Formats: sequence, C-alpha cells, structure tokens
Amino acid sequence: MIETFLNPEIIAAAWPIVLAGLLNTILLSLIVVPLGLFGGLVLALLASVRHPLVRWPLMAWVDFFRAFPPLVLLVLLFAGLPFAGLELGGFACVAIAFFLNTGAYYGEIFRAGIESVPAGQVEAARSTGLGRLQAMGHVVLPQAVRNVMPDLLSNTLEVVKLTSLGSVVAVPELLYQARQAQSLTYNPTPIVVAAIIYFLLLWPLVRLLSRLENRALAGRH
Amino acid sequence: MSAWDRFVETFFNAKVMLKYLPDILSGVVVTVELALLIIVSGLLAGLALALLRSLAIKPLNWLIIFVVDLFRSLPPLVIIVLIYFGGPAADVSPSGFVSTWLSLALVLMAFSEEIFWAGITSVHKGQWEASRSTGLSFGQTLLAVVLPQALRLTIPPLTNRTIAITKGTALGTVVAVSEILGEASSAMSNSYNPSPLMMGAAAYLVLFLPVVVAARWVETRFAWKR
Repeated sequence: MIETFLNPEIIAAAWPIVLAGLLNTILLSLIVVPLGLFGGLVLALLASVRHPLVRWPLMAWVDFFRAFPPLVLLVLLFAGLPFAGLELGGFACVAIAFFLNTGAYYGEIFRAGIESVPAGQVEAARSTGLGRLQAMGHVVLPQAVRNVMPDLLSNTLEVVKLTSLGSVVAVPELLYQARQAQSLTYNPTPIVVAAIIYFLLLWPLVRLLSRLENRALAGRH
Repeated sequence: MSAWDRFVETFFNAKVMLKYLPDILSGVVVTVELALLIIVSGLLAGLALALLRSLAIKPLNWLIIFVVDLFRSLPPLVIIVLIYFGGPAADVSPSGFVSTWLSLALVLMAFSEEIFWAGITSVHKGQWEASRSTGLSFGQTLLAVVLPQALRLTIPPLTNRTIAITKGTALGTVVAVSEILGEASSAMSNSYNPSPLMMGAAAYLVLFLPVVVAARWVETRFAWKR
C-alpha cells in the first residue's frame, strides 16, 4: 500500500515538480484573493446605493455567478473566447473567472456586513461632519468587516481550494504539477503528496473557522 | 456579413445548436442524477455523523472532527482526481461518475455535519433537561425535541453550501463524466464551434438559477433571528 501511494523514491523524484506547483498555488492565491476582495467591495459599495436601478441589476449579477459553476466560466473564457479572436492565457482566464465568481460571493458577504452596522452609526458619523465616503470608510466598513470575518475567512478558504481548477487550463499550480508527475511516474504518489500539502496548508484555517463558527453560535442564546 | 451576424453565427449557430441539443440534454440528465445522488447521500451522511457526535464518545468525536476537517480542507477536484487515478492502483477502478459522486458527497457530508452539529449545540441545554425529565429517552429527546429546532436553524447555511457543492458536478468533466460541461466540450471540439458551450452554459443557468433565487427566499424566511 505504502509502495503504491506513498512511495519514497517517487516522492524524491517528484518533489521538485510538486514544490514548484505549491509555490504557484500560493502565488495564484495571493493574486486572486485580493482581486476577489476588491471586486466584492465594489459590488457591496454599489449595493449600499439604495436605488432600484442599481439594486436589481446587482442582485441579478450576484445570482448569476452564484448559479454558474466556476469551471464552466473558466472553460467559457479559455475555450470560447478564442472563437471571438480573443486568446487569453490560462493564467489570465483564471484571474478573470475568479474575479467575477469570487467577487460575487465576497460582495454578498460585505453587503451583509454593511447591513449589520446600525443606521445610527452612519447618522452619528455624518453629523460629526464626515462625508458619505468617509463615514463608509472610517466608521461602517471597519465594523462591517469585523462582523463578517468568519464568512470572509470561510470564502477565502474556498477560493484557495478553487485555484486547483487552474489545472484544467494548464496553469502549473499544485494539482496540475502533481498530475504531470503522476503521468511521468505511472504512480498516484504525487497526487497523494499534493493532497497532503493542501491539507497541511489549509487545516489551520479550517480549525480556526470551526472555532469562530462555534463561538458565533454560542453567542446566539 | 456584419460583425454582429458573424458573432451570432459563431456563438449561437442555430444549425450546430440543433444538432447537439440531444447531447446537451443527455448531459443535463447526468448532471441532475449526479446532483440528486450527491445531495441525498451527502446530507444523510452529514446528519448521521452529527448524531453520532452528539453521543459524546471522545475517541469517536476526534475521528469525526478529523474526517470533517480533512474534507473541508481538500479541494474537491483533488479528491476526485485522487479517487479516479488512485483507485486503480488499489485494484478498485471507480468510474468517473462514481468518483465524482463519492468525492462531492464526502465534501457535502463534511460541511453539513458542521452545520447540523452547530444546529444541535445551539438548542438550549434546558430543552434537553426538560424533555429528559418528562421521561423521554436520549434518542426520543434528540429526535422529537432537539432536531426539529436544530434543523430549522440549519436550513439557510445548508442551502447555500449544498448549491455551491452541487455546482461542482461540472468537475466531473475532468474525469470523463458526460455531464453538461463534458458533453458541451466534446460537441465543441467536434463542431469547431462554441455554440454547444453556450448551450451548456445556458443549461446550467436553467438548472441552478431557480435554486439560487429560491435560496434567497429561504434565507430570509428561516433567517437566524438576532
């Protein structure tokens, strides 16, 4: 069993390939998480404009991306756009797809956070002479972010896991590299190693989330 | 031919769409089957684990927490690839369909166990004590008193999580499951035309948009009252 799934010789041979993948996964996450956060923040700030002409298209936008599987979006960009004469690399496609997909999810979270801040806070901030944007930036957002911190972390966990989709469009991240190593060695060990790396990388975040969720629930009594 | 005509001709080609419509529809059937299997088995397994956890047997609970953490931290695509490509090395050769079903059901099990468990622990201790003192057994208390209250709380987070995980059926295309995306991709490479892909995208929206809109309603209907 060990011989097949955790073969030391194969681990030694595949290690440089898998390690390069890990570095790319970290790099990719460092790009797509801020990108998604930024997209989400823009959506949430737009949603705080309570005009129906802004609110309804925004809701449709968010629901669209909640209904649309990220992999389908990615394939659409990667394999569909070239027919329109627009050939983007796998990396650019991942960045755009994530910006659209995870932006919608982050947007919903930020929106819930902003709505959780009592209106009195804005009124008080405005009456001290702060402008609308100042009140949002200095008073509402810091509280909003704190209120939805567990959801933001939970979504970030999902985004990091989602970077594994990059393997479908030949972005050399952890899963892609592991599969390359697997097809070179005819042995599933590299994929097992990649799984272990994902687990070690993300387990602390999962533990933290579990604690935060339990604490949030205990506070509900 | 104007640019617009060329665009329509390329992305919404009626002839290509008509030809590959049956393929896309058979993909829809596979996606729906896969989704239903994942939802039923994943949620049942999650509920079973949460009930086991309420027995408060220490070593068993550590095991449950570990399994839940494991499937929350691994990307679903990694689990699918692991089962599909790793299975044959252990002399089991699960099909792409089975690999995808098993992987996503395990992921849904992990997430739903957390949510069910959170629901169970959110029911006040006094409820347990009161129903036990009226003579109900542990099992009766759990089923008749605690679960009905707990489940109500779990509905909004559970719906969201279930939708997100069920959308993962598209990952099956990586291990040759002929669901919507798989059918659409192969139709696209056969016809050298992206119209089937547009049809596939539309099929996902037809399937999932009503669910997402319904989830929005459920979210407000069963929202946690603060």
